[in-house]
Amino acid sequence: MASLKELKDRIKSVKSTQKITKAKQMVAAAKLRKAQAAAEAARPYATRLSAVMASIAGKVDTDGGPKLLAGTGSDKRNLLVVVNTDKGLCGGLNSNIVKEAKTRARALLAQGKDVEFYLVGKKGRAPIKRDYAKDVSREFDTSTVRNPGFAEAEEIADELLTMFEEGKFDVAHLVYPVFKSALAQDPVTVQLIPVPAPEGEVVAANGAAVDYEPDEEEILAELLPRYVKTQVFGALIEREASEQGASMTAMDNATRNAGELIDKLTIQYNRSRQAAITTELIEIIAGAEAL
Amino acid sequence: MALHFELVTPSKLVRSEDVHMVVVPGTEGDFGVLEGHAPVMSTVRDGAIEVYATASSQPERIEVRGGFAEVGDNGLTVLAEHVEG
Repeated sequence: MASLKELKDRIKSVKSTQKITKAKQMVAAAKLRKAQAAAEAARPYATRLSAVMASIAGKVDTDGGPKLLAGTGSDKRNLLVVVNTDKGLCGGLNSNIVKEAKTRARALLAQGKDVEFYLVGKKGRAPIKRDYAKDVSREFDTSTVRNPGFAEAEEIADELLTMFEEGKFDVAHLVYPVFKSALAQDPVTVQLIPVPAPEGEVVAANGAAVDYEPDEEEILAELLPRYVKTQVFGALIEREASEQGASMTAMDNATRNAGELIDKLTIQYNRSRQAAITTELIEIIAGAEAL
Repeated sequence: MALHFELVTPSKLVRSEDVHMVVVPGTEGDFGVLEGHAPVMSTVRDGAIEVYATASSQPERIEVRGGFAEVGDNGLTVLAEHVEG
């Protein structure tokens, strides 16, 4: 049986842990609101761009189209762009992302294809390197900026596009978490390069002839890299929201667990105190009777 | 008579308002858009978009980089990667 003092110290330490997790939970909740607002604000651009892409891509035949749309003609060398968070304390989020990436990598390797990794964010590095140490071609650090935004997405996308033009890979997939709610963030894999033919209702159904300036091919050639950037940006924004959501849930659980532990320890503390008092009384009474 | 003008960047919707006319610096030359303009899609060179709130007002200049303009039934939409000012 732990002594009274030990129990008291234990309660004190759990209480201070609870304070920390509680604070982190509230911070995450505030940041989550901000991240959700950012995701909301980014939506118009993405929807408009894909609508434009869909209407143009339908007009350009893919055979003679740009390489970014048609691909290199091979799908041997695969690049997995894995977007992880920079900070921990967000429950199983990062391990879920890594799991998804590894499943994907195993499936590709089983088909006899080459796999390389491009890692964004700090927390994916260690677990992926454990299994695929020599296949990590590049790590992109987003931890130096407070709120990774379009500038970072642009940098990542530019680097990927350069790598693609230099012929370092044939197909790139983007693995990132999608924020569904504070409780659920599911990792998904989408094809990034070559750009999958956008689906969507063909616009200009009213039959109005649209003027293209310059022509369709040139506009498409300019829009494709932009589309890739937007995809990466979307992934970064989703990651931000997912991180905060997961963190909030994890910290909520931690706070509750700490509360339960404190209750249990307090009961134990009170019992031992009472036991000590009882023993003392018995000793006094026994002493008095003996006289 | 008003033209619905929207300026969108990846991070937010910068403008969404009814204006008189917008002059867009297209890659193949500037073009002004009034209400009822024929549907056009054009890339935009880096430069200033001029927004005329009314026919007589002074233009408001918005610097954009990496832009793309689309004129459709619902007005003019400019997608830009960066907007300054």
